[in-house]
Amino acid sequence: MKTKNIMIVGVGGQGSLLASKLLGKLLLTKGYDIKVSEVHGMSQRGGSVVTYVRFGDKVYSPVIDKGEADYIVSFELLEAARYTEFLKPGGKIVTNTQQINPMPVITGAAEYPADLVKKMQAAGIDVDAFDALKLAEEAGSSKAVNIVLMGHLSKNFDFTMEEWMQAIESSVPAKFLELNKKAFMLGRDA
Amino acid sequence: MKTLMLGNEAVARGLFEAGCDFVSSYPGTPSTEITEAVAKYPEVYAEWAPNEKVAMEAAFGACLSGKRSFCGMKHVGLNVAADPLFTIAYTGVNAGMVIGVADDAGMHSSQNEQDSRHYARAAKVPMLEPSDSAEALAFAKLAYEISEEFDTPVFIKMCTRVAHSQSIVETGERVEVRKTYEKDPQKYIMMPGNAKRRHPIVEERTQKLIAWGETAPVNRIEEGEDHAFGIITSSTSYQYVKEVCGDKYPVLKLGMIWPLADGLLTKFAASVEKVIVVEELDSFIETRCHELGLNVAGKDIFPCIDEFSQNLVADKLGVYAPVCGAKLDDVIPARPPVMCAGCPHRGLYYTLAKNKVTAMGDIGCYTLGAVPPLAALDTTICMGASISGLHGFTKAGGGKAVAVIGDSTFMHSGVTGLINAAYNESNSTIIIVDNSITGMTGHQQNPTTGFNLKGDPCTKIDLETLCRAVGIRRVRVVDPYDLAQCDAALKEELAADEPSVIISRRPCALLKYVKHNKPLEVDPDKCKSCKMCMKIGCPAISMVDGKAVVDNTLCTGCGVCAQLCKFDALKAPQEV
Ligand SMILES: Cc1ncc(C[n+]2csc(CCOP(=O)(O)OP(=O)(O)O)c2C)c(N)n1
Repeated sequence: MKTKNIMIVGVGGQGSLLASKLLGKLLLTKGYDIKVSEVHGMSQRGGSVVTYVRFGDKVYSPVIDKGEADYIVSFELLEAARYTEFLKPGGKIVTNTQQINPMPVITGAAEYPADLVKKMQAAGIDVDAFDALKLAEEAGSSKAVNIVLMGHLSKNFDFTMEEWMQAIESSVPAKFLELNKKAFMLGRDA
Repeated sequence: MKTLMLGNEAVARGLFEAGCDFVSSYPGTPSTEITEAVAKYPEVYAEWAPNEKVAMEAAFGACLSGKRSFCGMKHVGLNVAADPLFTIAYTGVNAGMVIGVADDAGMHSSQNEQDSRHYARAAKVPMLEPSDSAEALAFAKLAYEISEEFDTPVFIKMCTRVAHSQSIVETGERVEVRKTYEKDPQKYIMMPGNAKRRHPIVEERTQKLIAWGETAPVNRIEEGEDHAFGIITSSTSYQYVKEVCGDKYPVLKLGMIWPLADGLLTKFAASVEKVIVVEELDSFIETRCHELGLNVAGKDIFPCIDEFSQNLVADKLGVYAPVCGAKLDDVIPARPPVMCAGCPHRGLYYTLAKNKVTAMGDIGCYTLGAVPPLAALDTTICMGASISGLHGFTKAGGGKAVAVIGDSTFMHSGVTGLINAAYNESNSTIIIVDNSITGMTGHQQNPTTGFNLKGDPCTKIDLETLCRAVGIRRVRVVDPYDLAQCDAALKEELAADEPSVIISRRPCALLKYVKHNKPLEVDPDKCKSCKMCMKIGCPAISMVDGKAVVDNTLCTGCGVCAQLCKFDALKAPQEV
């Protein structure tokens, strides 16, 4: 199988590491070769963060480059717009519509661009945008945005529900399991 | 068992399986997780040392006693540990000793882009360089074998993309290795007479390692159908080359990056029409090839700045031209890292900015005080440089200035600077921003926190007593959430005619035990849009339609912004 590339982007602190952990667990059980590249350290302090998940028969590079992503899963709208160049022709962006102002916007040095979903669509990008924060809160915690997004992404793959649920079980602490399963389903049904 | 492991976790697993018994490290991205992961194995003693020099010396002591040891650090940490390194290279080891060092091409979390491979060459110490997690595990184990067979410390060199990428590893069992210590002054006491005898042994050792590297499986030639060119590479660059070229061109994949197997380089060069060296950062392999008289290309094609990627390699080798996805016309504002909402450093920096003092900074979360709107720092060089730099600045008549240094950084290399300020009587005002944790690298314990790496309670260094003991008479503690207190302390200490220390103390707002207050509320009728609250660069506050708005998912209720509001518009929610 040709290597598939999933980029997970967001704002440091939003929980993208859990999303990549979940994907990693799932893909490992499917017998793929896998590479997952994460950001630790400085950028986690509210900066723009990127995680690369790659799987296939044999994966060499740990990173995804411009023009290579099959999917970009974004925790925040501006971050989706930041990485459009990484999408491959026919690739898809799955994004939360939540907006978090970066410091230059907060201080008034820059503006948060308006109508980003429309603009991405106008540029010919396949964008699947929805309010993942609302669904996470509905599931019981705003922190479950990551799992809601994974639920929504799951519609694009033919892994079984059981396989996804197993991956969730081995990635989240037992006491948050029900919440996360609910978050996943809400994302999947959205 | 097959599992997905971070490169750093795989190194830790390799250390464990090799029977490593003693680990002493100082945190630093991207090396930290090696030590955090190895500390989880109950069989291994692991600790945070106050700095890398101490860690390396401790690891040497442990290997001397007969147990396999390890110390880990980031590239700049190796500068701090360079002194013991160059001489441990002479003494050699008893049980094996491995030094983990992680470079950060692209400077994801570093102040410079130095290439640690030069240390291997300069100190004459062998260096292994894995290209994925499976190799990280295998090379960690191999490093101990080399260490004991050739009587030398051995480097395992990581880079961000290998350290922080997960890939599949197969784990094995732990072996136990024990040697006995025997007194051997000629080997271990490096005074001139003995060192003179050891130096030739070191040179011979390098020759033996070169011979070993000629046939060792760590260095391998991967055949290719097209001999128009061949590529010499290692580490993550190898992965980019394979991603781009597949099996088309022959590749010499180097696992031991120092000493280089001269014969293998020569043989490989002879087997292809043209050789291209693909290596991140400096010319290192390439330089050796030139010394051997080999005609190779490298840095004339590839940059010595920033990290590589498959597109860059494809482009430079002329294999394909990458096609990027669509780009929006809008300018996408940058999202730099920021001080968190509720960060105790914020109040202190506001005070510094307001008083317009020159501030010699240091390295940690508090370096983010350099970013607008606070923009309260003037310098950042390396760990500890704030206090010593301030001493020079004030002695030379630079004017009203302070040093700002974190608790972990102060323990690392600030104490000696403070001793200098006391001893040479500079009129320095030193601020220790004590958030009770090593924040920037992801919450490691340090000597001031009262807990060790394993999370157990331990001796807690008392900063006030320490500062007084080195001769500072004026030592005071302030709460950085209290702006009036900070302001008064700063003014008084700047006015004082002797060196003084202000400890700005509040635990990091992200620590689990720290309780947050209710998010503040804005009374829109009282808000006069003066934007005073925006001067502290808090990510929880923004202006919406001309009025301040508090993001209640971020606000910790620290109240610093409320102290700035002259109109009483920012308030804690009223109890009902
Ligand atoms: C010589 C060296 N070792 C390690 C590092 C990595 N590093 C950067 S900041 C930091 C610790 C900062 O902790 P502290 O001083 O307590 O400040 P905080 O981040 O908590 O504000 C470390 C270990 C470095 N930059 N240089």
